[in-house]
Amino acid sequence: MTVRLAALACLALLAPSAAPAQSPELRWGGDAEGGAPYVEADPADPSRVVGFDVEVAQLLAAGLGRTPRFVQVGFTSIDAAATRGDFDVGLSGIEDSPARRARLAVTIPYYEFREVLTVRASDADKYRSLGDLRGRRVATLGATLAYDLLADAQARDGIIPVTYEDDVHPYSDLVLGRVDAVVLDAILAQRGVRRNAGLTNQATPLAVGHYVGILAPGAAAMRDRMNVILRDAMRDGRLEAILERWDVWNEDQPRLYARVLTDASPYPVAASSLSSEAGPSSSGTDAARSLSAPRTLDAARRYLPALLRAAVITVVLSCLSMALAIAAGALIASGRIYGAAPLRIALTGYVEIIRGTPLLLQLFVLYFGLAAFIQLPAFVAALLGLGLNYAAYESEIYRGALEAVAPGQLESARTLGLTERQILVLVRAPQAFRLALAPMTNDFVALLKDSSLVSVITVVELTKETSIFAANIGSWVLPGLMCAAIYLAMSLPLARVARRIERGWRQA
Amino acid sequence: MTVLDVRSLEVRRGGRTIVAGVSFAASPGEIVALMGASGAGKSTILRAIAGLDPIVSGTVAIPRPVGMVFQFHHLFANMSAHKNVWLAPVHVFKRPRVEAEERARELLASLGVGDRASAMPHELSGGEAQRVAIARALAIEPRVLLMDEPTASLDPGRRGDLATTLRSLARDGRTIVVATHDAEFARACAHRVLAVEAGRVRDVS
Repeated sequence: MTVRLAALACLALLAPSAAPAQSPELRWGGDAEGGAPYVEADPADPSRVVGFDVEVAQLLAAGLGRTPRFVQVGFTSIDAAATRGDFDVGLSGIEDSPARRARLAVTIPYYEFREVLTVRASDADKYRSLGDLRGRRVATLGATLAYDLLADAQARDGIIPVTYEDDVHPYSDLVLGRVDAVVLDAILAQRGVRRNAGLTNQATPLAVGHYVGILAPGAAAMRDRMNVILRDAMRDGRLEAILERWDVWNEDQPRLYARVLTDASPYPVAASSLSSEAGPSSSGTDAARSLSAPRTLDAARRYLPALLRAAVITVVLSCLSMALAIAAGALIASGRIYGAAPLRIALTGYVEIIRGTPLLLQLFVLYFGLAAFIQLPAFVAALLGLGLNYAAYESEIYRGALEAVAPGQLESARTLGLTERQILVLVRAPQAFRLALAPMTNDFVALLKDSSLVSVITVVELTKETSIFAANIGSWVLPGLMCAAIYLAMSLPLARVARRIERGWRQA
Repeated sequence: MTVLDVRSLEVRRGGRTIVAGVSFAASPGEIVALMGASGAGKSTILRAIAGLDPIVSGTVAIPRPVGMVFQFHHLFANMSAHKNVWLAPVHVFKRPRVEAEERARELLASLGVGDRASAMPHELSGGEAQRVAIARALAIEPRVLLMDEPTASLDPGRRGDLATTLRSLARDGRTIVVATHDAEFARACAHRVLAVEAGRVRDVS
């Protein structure tokens, strides 16, 4: 009876989503975390999304005689989701790029943007272009045209690119002095300057790019129908009205439309163009060079040194974090066994809080949350976050191992007159260590992989470098395999060393 | 002259009285056997004398340090037989390391396990482990040596050897209290046998 009622309730819940079958759906993908003016949850009704990309999706759906339905997709995985067919079209401030054109069906551009250099107002005269930022940290979003710009500038001008997962913290960290400049498209840059006092955008654009819709590689016919709808909307002013409404219309757009409307090919403009530093007049033209589509194996060869460098970061960070976790874990464990009641309660609280909350959250709090009081460098925050988190787990291993040492060992030490501290150091801890070694090895391998989480606080380690690589060539297959091979090359010897130590003890 | 004086000893564990009204004394060079079935309270009396279990009432007068040899030896599993012996002299009694190591080697040799000095505890036979445990207890130079069920881990041939060893230790002036359920062994080595029954003692020698 209750089962049938539950089944009915489930059906009732499912029914509304299945109901509006009067017109087929246009499933469109975007990332609501990207925020206004692209796609954001409606402040008045968070179950809806609003933004100019939302209205472009409505425009396309209307032209196709369909009902738009939003599909939430993480921005960095939007290409993979398009390839898998998770949605019909992706619209979320997605940049046109050679890699996307090579692997997906890409619409004509519906918006042209400039890449803008943002600096602190006090540095406005000192840092006018990337060439002025040698040896300085410059922030951007990962997997964007701006990141490619910075990667080029790293080789040419010796800047240090710093990637973020979102477009808010690059600007707040610029205010705090953690970075000296930010490169992002003008829409984000204007928003960043509006939200943070003391920042300014340099007038000279660094490059010009375009927003496009992306479809699965086999969907060229659908793409062509969308191109017709977009061109119609450019002619009759509907697209302009949308962009005006979201306050992103500017004089670059009519020039883009003119070029798109006079060229009927699927790709009327170059994917992106890097501005020569001549001045704003050259922007919007395709005079400068475009980024060429990288060939996969070439790219693998080019990225291997970067992956290995990132692997060194992973190893150094993991080893230092583990050392901290072992030292702090040992102190916590002995405090919980030998300490007075208040200390024991405090340490138990620490262990439960750390184990009961996500490491990701702890990293955010350490790096961004504490920034108002103490500005930890990213690597230090990563080291503290990983080390203090794992200390909680290590302490439980050590506590269990210490309590597993036979009571007779401790009694015989007491009859010999050894103090409790001497018993711990000379007898109990060395025996406990043997019991703890296997779980410790396990934790170290886990930490090696958990260290990938620190990419959210701008540390570029192996997994982050891999995802940059994957975004660059538009595929996860080769980068994924290379990354997995490097992780295994680091973790397998570790397990072997641990096994050898244990065997040695058994023989001794 | 008495070196060990136990008066009206009472020990409880988990609310239950294990030992009550136990009184006895021992003089230098004397071997006293506490004899009784398992569960009679022999081990509890030894543990109370060694200070491992709290005393509810009564008194124990004994010169420290006290040497204790456990039934299962409890040699430190993470160090060699040799280090088991010199550990306390160095860390508790602050003897110079070289001197303590030398003395430990002598003790092991005198007990017939000099050749097992570098072995780890799990590599020793029951009899070897017991002799290392005796050496460890003697290394802190106690005037009283307590032994709990020393014959449990020995085959019958070895029991005679142990009795001889204890006799020779007693001749050097040490007082030895042995808890055992082995009447033959008790008669063979002890000067005095006390029967332990239901937590009380009675002289039966």
